[in-house]
Amino acid sequence: MRLRLKRIAALAGLSLPAMMLIGACATTAQAESVTQEGNAYLKLMNEMGGNPADFNIDDGKKLWSEKRGPKNASLEQCNLGLGPGVVKGAYAQLPRYFPDTGKVQDLESRLVTCMETLQGFSAKEADKDPFAKEGGNASPLENIAMYVAHESDGMKIAIPQHDALEKLSYDNGKKLFFYRAGPFSFSCAACHAESGKRIKISALPNLTNKEAAVSYATWPAYPNSQGVARTLEWRMLACERQQRWPAPKFTSSAVIDLITYMGVNSNGATLHTPSFKR
Amino acid sequence: MKKSVLLALTAVAGAVVLSGCAGMDKSASEGANGDPFATASFQKILKNDFVSKGQASVDRLKQTKAQYECSKYDYLGQPLPAAVGKEIEATAQSKIVYPKDGQYLGDWKAGLKIAEDGKGLQWSDKPGTPNGGNCLACHKMIANDPSQGNIGPELYHYAKLRGNSEAILKYTWARIYNSEAFNACSYMPPFGEHKILTEQQMKDVMALLMDPNSPVNQ
Repeated sequence: MRLRLKRIAALAGLSLPAMMLIGACATTAQAESVTQEGNAYLKLMNEMGGNPADFNIDDGKKLWSEKRGPKNASLEQCNLGLGPGVVKGAYAQLPRYFPDTGKVQDLESRLVTCMETLQGFSAKEADKDPFAKEGGNASPLENIAMYVAHESDGMKIAIPQHDALEKLSYDNGKKLFFYRAGPFSFSCAACHAESGKRIKISALPNLTNKEAAVSYATWPAYPNSQGVARTLEWRMLACERQQRWPAPKFTSSAVIDLITYMGVNSNGATLHTPSFKR
Repeated sequence: MKKSVLLALTAVAGAVVLSGCAGMDKSASEGANGDPFATASFQKILKNDFVSKGQASVDRLKQTKAQYECSKYDYLGQPLPAAVGKEIEATAQSKIVYPKDGQYLGDWKAGLKIAEDGKGLQWSDKPGTPNGGNCLACHKMIANDPSQGNIGPELYHYAKLRGNSEAILKYTWARIYNSEAFNACSYMPPFGEHKILTEQQMKDVMALLMDPNSPVNQ
């Protein structure tokens, strides 16, 4: 209840004046940037803080230490790559290879593993309805993901490329990035292989080099248009839909390898999560 | 002789990938015949990691020849060999279907709606409803609308600058029908060849570009 009041107060207090400001300075904002990403409203929201996803992070933090599942255990001993229970900085080094599963895993994939092994959830239960409807409530898994990612906020992206499977993940991600298919003949590269491009007023970062961080380092995020917190797994799904492709499966290699490709290209950049997006 | 050595080498490379000890040298990321997408691990992704959803079925992942060649050289970071490009363009050119009645121009007002409509062929779109062309997403076509993209070239004043000769009409139709006929690896969706827009819809978009009263030429 207290949280809900806080949320309403935060949104009313921040977004109303921000929107009025935009209305008043629309021409100035346009002169500064032709893209939504560069507009004054989003800038202001990010500068002022108070991201709606803070509530997801709070919920995720509680879920992390809550005893759940058939084994009535918490996730506190989950190994996210830096050792059991180490959350700080773990997201900045994902996706990575995990010897116990023999796979390269991203954040959600690894959380599902921990929910299975530590808490005794079935895979089906662990990733049930991972993505909320627009304006809906995020799933427990996504809330935990928001919390874990936020524990790397302000840290440098350092996704490892030591193991052969980590390199294979990057290479297959790169192949998928350039793979053209479907009725529109689109690949990811159709929109994201050049700098300075935009679709309508949406800026399209070049994801084939360091510029990838412009996007990668700002996820997970609260996209205003979605009305619910979102992670990179969701973002990959949304891009494939717009490419007119079939749907990539949640935590599949297709999604993880694309994230590895973008993520390794972003290595060295500083994470800002959650951010406020269009 | 050379061929058999090459075959043996790719077989070895394939075996390395299969055994899970893939070193990331060039040979390991290449499948048979220099096809980078033919590796076992990448084929597994295409086969297992996607599901049909709504009208977007998994068979969409099967590439056309043009899609394959353009993806391959994009991935390799190499220019498309000129001969390959010429072949793609000639094939696309030969398959263009021009309006049966010889009429290229429909209604520019309907064309503008098509140019602004970004829906169609996604798993979230209702099958059976007309697809949009979404021209404005990539092309600046009209004045005083900041919500136009810049992936494709500007088309504002299209006919005002080029006139409306038979040659221009034919060229413009072909561009919309399948842009591959001019740039093998064009990123413009092949609206006619892949049946994204109907013949009538393409005529309406043509009118948007050509009609002196259309906002494109105002």
